[in-house]
Order: sequence, then structure tokens, then C-alpha cells
Amino acid sequence: MKKQKQILDSEGVRRTLIRIAHEILERNKGTQDLVLIGIRTGGAHLASRLQSEIRAIEKTEVPLGIVDITLYRDDLSERGPQAKIRETEIPFDITDKKVVLVDDVLYTGRTIRAAMDALVDFGRPQSVQLAVLADRGHRELPIKADYVGKNIPTSPSENVEVCLKEDGRSNDELLIISLEEKG
Amino acid sequence: MNEAWIRKDLLGLRGLSKEEIELLLQTAKSFQEISLRPVKKVPALRGKTVANLFFEPSTRTRISFELAEKRLSADTINMVGSTSSMVKGESLKDTARNIESLKVDIVVMRHSSSGAPHRLAPILKASVINAGDGINEHPTQALLDMFTVMEKKGKIKGLKISFIGDILHSRVARSNIWGLTKLGAQVTVCGPKTLLPPQIEKLGVSATTDLNEAVRDADVLNLLRIQLERQSESFFPSIREYAISYQINRDILKRAKPDVLIMHPGPVNRGIEITSDVVDGPYSVILDQVTHGLAVRMAVLYLLSGGPREGEE
Repeated sequence: MKKQKQILDSEGVRRTLIRIAHEILERNKGTQDLVLIGIRTGGAHLASRLQSEIRAIEKTEVPLGIVDITLYRDDLSERGPQAKIRETEIPFDITDKKVVLVDDVLYTGRTIRAAMDALVDFGRPQSVQLAVLADRGHRELPIKADYVGKNIPTSPSENVEVCLKEDGRSNDELLIISLEEKG
Repeated sequence: MNEAWIRKDLLGLRGLSKEEIELLLQTAKSFQEISLRPVKKVPALRGKTVANLFFEPSTRTRISFELAEKRLSADTINMVGSTSSMVKGESLKDTARNIESLKVDIVVMRHSSSGAPHRLAPILKASVINAGDGINEHPTQALLDMFTVMEKKGKIKGLKISFIGDILHSRVARSNIWGLTKLGAQVTVCGPKTLLPPQIEKLGVSATTDLNEAVRDADVLNLLRIQLERQSESFFPSIREYAISYQINRDILKRAKPDVLIMHPGPVNRGIEITSDVVDGPYSVILDQVTHGLAVRMAVLYLLSGGPREGEE
């Protein structure tokens, strides 16, 4: 049996993203040199939404990229058959840019480590910042988010899921899913 | 979602399912972008070792594999037939076992005997990639040919694809036939009667000795070299006579579709199976094939380097 608890509904997700967009603009004093790079798959959708929110606020288009971190994983090939690779699309030079990495859930930090390794193969950014919709704790690496939608204290037996319309869900929502303890 | 890759080896396209071929082609698509980055390298195969055993001459395929391995951060060792202990009389099995003692993870092998990699694969823990065995198969070449067709035409299903030249000795044609028919292409093979394998139609292709028939309505013409080293010369009166009947030149292309693709696995013999102006002309995607080969081989190496296959996790 799985138990679900809703943390944010569709409106909650929308308001949270608007707040993060404002925070990004405040911290970077506008959109000068700013670029957004979403981590496949959830982070890519959120980055695209942040781009829209920033466009609504500042009337400028911030460059948007997508990074697939599979080839940079530290547990590659210990996981049975290789994971499916999707394309990385960063159609601009990131050198001297302020890169905001976007992901849905921050957990161990290993995904972010892999994403930063991938980024430096594309150039030398002026800075890299991290925006996540949910931070569920349990870090295994010294990594911290600059923009957090929601801090959610969880136990390892719980799972945090971001459901988005882009993935074919009927509504946006942020959920905690508790898995029944196995005996 | 496609199923995951679970095979240890890539010996040919004959035994693969349509879904497995599609997974290989999709994975190659994602690897294409890496060669356009400022740093053309990913750490996916860091710590893995790949042995390239080329018991038969090869330039393109060997260099392509080697570069693919390096771009995935694998360590590589190379052995070429003429400089190896094979010439001192060591058997293929012993050579391979010795190489395995060095804890090699993947063996890429080209051999003049059909079936050589199929013999090695079951006795090695390492994955085996067939880089061409005799006149049997050359799976990565066929995959890069199919990838090129996908890139240029957007599909394979329903396309008419003709292979022209020495079909009998062509492992490229054989692998392509297995792959293309599984993906729903209509394949025609064309060449002098002596260079068409008997009963080739049983593989689901049409065969003709008439070049016009192979060219007319074709979406893709894949030209095969006359393999002088395999003595195909004795199968027809003279190279000149072959060229008169089967050369792809400007005149014959007037009868082709206006958007026909000209492919060739290389090396090209200009003036024999194809004229120079056609090699360099607008229909030719011969150099694109070389570029795509790199992405395809990276995809194959990546998928074969996966972890335990016996269902853990």
C-alpha cells in the first residue's frame, strides 16, 4: 500500500515558481548574463516554466538549455542494464554566464554533482546556482540549493514526487509518497 | 519506453529484434551532440578497458572505434594482425584469453573468417563487438547506414533501398539486409549474376542484374566496393566491363529520384563503382556516414558496458 500526501497543488506549484523567478532576478539583479539549464526530465520542464515566468516579469527571453546527466553518474554500470540516454541541448556558450541549474527534487546531491561535471565540459560559467522545487534532505555530498520551493523533511522510506502536466499528468502537484515498510 | 539493452555482445543484426535496433539508433542520436562540444569527452566508460583486435586491414572502422572509446573515457589497447603473435602461430582463442587476463571489458574484433567473433563471445567474460567478420556481418556499419537514412529521410519504413555491387562478398550488405528488413524497408540487391548470392531472395529482398531497375524509384543507393582483395575480379571479365554496366554516374542518376541518397561504406574506388563527380556531388552522404559512425559506435560501447544482466535490480 502506498500513501500519498499532497504538499503543493497546481496553484501552489505556480505561485512557488513565480517566487523563485523573482528571487533569481533579485539575486542576479536582472537577466544580464543569466541562463537556465534544466536537468532532464523534471528539471527541464521546470526550467522552461521559470523561463516563462521571467519573461512575464522582465519581458526578456533568458536562454534555456537541457542537460542529461546519465553519462556522468557515479553509479553508472553498477545498476544493471545501462539507462536510456537522452540528448543534452545547450545551444549557447555558457562561458562567463550565470548559470541557474534547475531540478525538481534535491535529495542526495549526486545528480547535481554530475550536472556540474557536465556543465564544465561546455565552458566556464561565471557562477552556477541551483534552483529546486523541493528539498527533501539526506544529502550525501556538500551541495546546497540557492532557491528552494519547499523544504520537505522526509524519511528515506518516503518518496517525493513532482507531477507535471508536461509529463502527461492531469494536474501539477507535489506529493510525498510513503512506501509501506517491508518486513 | 524502450526495453533496456541486456545482451553481452553485438555479433550481428541477424539476431536482434526490431526494438533492439531502434534502441541502438535512438541512443546514437543522443551521442551525436557530444562530438560538437568544446570538450568532446564524457566519463561514461572511465576505468573500462577496450581491446581493438583487427586481424584484417581497416582504417575507417578502427579509427572510428578508437575515437568513440576515447570520447567515452575508456582505456584502449590496439592489436593489428600483422604485428601480433597471431603471425607466430597463436590460436585466436589463446590470443583472446591472454587479452582477457589483462581484465579487458570489451573486445572489438575484425577477422577475415566469418563467425570468428561468434566463436569467441561464449568463452570470454568480456563483451565482444563484431567489427566485421569475413563475408558475414558488419553490424556497426549497417547501423550507421541506417542512422544516416533516418537522419536524412526521417524514417526507414517503406523506403526503397538498393545495394549495388559485390553483394556476394559484402558483410555490409548482409548486416544491412537483416536490419533494414526488420525496420520495414524494401531492399533490392543489384550486381552481376556471379556476385549475387544464390537464393538471396529468401532474406526478403529483391535481386536484379539490371542497374536501371535498382536505380529507378530508389530512395537510397548504397554502393559496395569491388573487393579486389577478395578476388572478386575473377567473377566478371574486367573492372572496365563492370564499370560500364554498374557504375553510378551522372547519366544513370538522371533516371533516379530527385532526392536520392548516395551512400558508400568506403573506401571508394573513384571511377569504378562510382564516378568522382558523384562522390563529391549533392546526393552523396558518404562523409556524413563517417560522422554518424562515431555516434553509433559510442552508443554500442555504452550499451554493452552495462552492469550485471542476471536480473539484479
